[in-house]
Amino acid sequence: MNFICNFPFFSILLSLFSGTVCSVLPAKAAKAVNRVVIIAVGLMSAVLLLYLLSTGESFIYWMGHFPAPWGNEIRAGVLEAGMALFFCIIMYLSMAGGAHKLPGEVVESKHNLYYILVNLLLSSLLALVYTNDMFTAYVFVEINTISACGLIMIRQVGRTIEAAVRYMIMSLLGSGLLLFGLCIMYDLTGHLLMSNIKESVAQLIAAGEYQIPLIVSVALMCIGLCIKSALFPFHAWLPDAYGYSTVSSAAILSSLVSKGYIFLLIKIIYRVIGFDIFNSTRIIDVLFVFGLMGMIFGSLSAIKENDIRRMIAFSSVAQIGYIYMGFGMGTQAGMVASVFHILSHAATKSLLFIAAIGLTDVSGGSRKFIDLTGAAYRNKWAGVAFTAGSLSMVGIPLFSGFISKLLFAQAAVQVEGKMLASLIVLGISTVLNAIYFMKTVIRIYTTAGESPYSGVTFRDMKAYAVTLLFFILLNVALGVSSQPVVNMIEQGLAMFA
Amino acid sequence: MGPNLFTNYGEAVSAVLFCIGFTNLLLQTNLIKKIIGLNIMDSAIYLFLAEKGYIAGRVAPIVVNGVTSTEAYINPIPSGLVLTGIVVSVSVTALMLSLTIRLYTRYHTLNLDEISMQLKKEGK
Repeated sequence: MNFICNFPFFSILLSLFSGTVCSVLPAKAAKAVNRVVIIAVGLMSAVLLLYLLSTGESFIYWMGHFPAPWGNEIRAGVLEAGMALFFCIIMYLSMAGGAHKLPGEVVESKHNLYYILVNLLLSSLLALVYTNDMFTAYVFVEINTISACGLIMIRQVGRTIEAAVRYMIMSLLGSGLLLFGLCIMYDLTGHLLMSNIKESVAQLIAAGEYQIPLIVSVALMCIGLCIKSALFPFHAWLPDAYGYSTVSSAAILSSLVSKGYIFLLIKIIYRVIGFDIFNSTRIIDVLFVFGLMGMIFGSLSAIKENDIRRMIAFSSVAQIGYIYMGFGMGTQAGMVASVFHILSHAATKSLLFIAAIGLTDVSGGSRKFIDLTGAAYRNKWAGVAFTAGSLSMVGIPLFSGFISKLLFAQAAVQVEGKMLASLIVLGISTVLNAIYFMKTVIRIYTTAGESPYSGVTFRDMKAYAVTLLFFILLNVALGVSSQPVVNMIEQGLAMFA
Repeated sequence: MGPNLFTNYGEAVSAVLFCIGFTNLLLQTNLIKKIIGLNIMDSAIYLFLAEKGYIAGRVAPIVVNGVTSTEAYINPIPSGLVLTGIVVSVSVTALMLSLTIRLYTRYHTLNLDEISMQLKKEGK
């Protein structure tokens, strides 16, 4: 076995252990360890991705020399390696973009705790991406929830603690359902490894046995992961959790944590149940309808919002709706569009959160739109970045958001019966997106006489400006050279089967 | 359906308990009652696993009398899963309790709705 095949295992363990190490280090050293680990994991994922692209097939890695039905396994394909690499890039940029705000948001003595949580979050995300075992996935889902909760409440104000409690309650409901679904699945098939479960499920379906428990189990797992990733009716915890936590936390939570759960759901759909069997159930129709409702109601709530951070948070609800709409279409094209939207939304939403903090900082810390008038002149970099992110969210060509909307529309045309609904809602949602994002862009570029707040120059915020530049470049790169990425996603999904 | 339900009464009970715990966690406004609901929900799943893992007439897979035939023992994996699950639920319970203490020292109530009201009044 090639040495590179060890890399998924190394990345998970490295980030897990660096978390433990951070607990005894002073804040500065912990920060350095955190950065180095994210870069190291990113590099390893990049090498792994290149290796997998060159060999063209996925591999399975035994965790401790026991063969298939007994041992625990890691599995890596193009999609997994690509996701890991992408998660590392976003996480690094989010941490870099929020670093200058951290001293004001978190008590000095708790800084190294913050880095522990980030490392733990990274390791659980990587484990969710790579694991081939359902129960391991459940355990890491819980670790992910706990570290995400820590990231919300590390800024100790009443709002964040309340948000953390609400987040925990919804997440625990979700993981309870996931665990119950998983136990029923284990009971039906007798396996915990994804590949073995898939074989047994195919046999059960062919024999026509235990149809109802099977559907119940799949439905429970789906609903559990939907609740955890804040699909429309379960999104009540989201605006507070994203709106009041620290900047880096908000960017990481919105772009990575919910995506980790969605990626697990994709793995369950492809590797546990089987794409065709999943599509023959009615569950995809439910996901489709809730996705469409999320697209509209998320945007409507965002329009009503008078707080820029909460507005961006509500926009996430709409974007999660897009992803589930792609699942609901039940075609390969819809799935590709959803996976691309995961990337595009992660790149854009973290950019928006990081840019918004630059704007609120030059408006006396206020998030109200009235105070943000003309903020883009006071902080030019943040203004440009926010505009780029908004254009991407609305779906203007050159930016990544355009490609995902295009892919969704192309996928919708191929689906009979769901075409009209998808296209109409896609249109309405784009208009609604444009209303609240363009409203904000116009607001920050309006000059309203003398402003009471002073501006900042490039020299005051070099690191921040460079981070924003990288975010914009990432967005444009996804938007301009989308075809290689789409090819990679298609190849990765083909490897799942 | 009828006879199956009666034979698998343990699983049926665990499903009912799961629903009780789930609704408590979702609908109670008192934080401590929510956490109790969480524990009922998790325990229901462990009951389900234990019920599924047990085979009547067999014993726990610990070799004492030199009997090594697999026919004599139950499947140890569900018990292992229960143990892992208990560890997870203990840690989330601890986290929820610590959050509850934080909220209680700040707002002097365990009612989540009242806390939200107070937060709205603070207006931040």
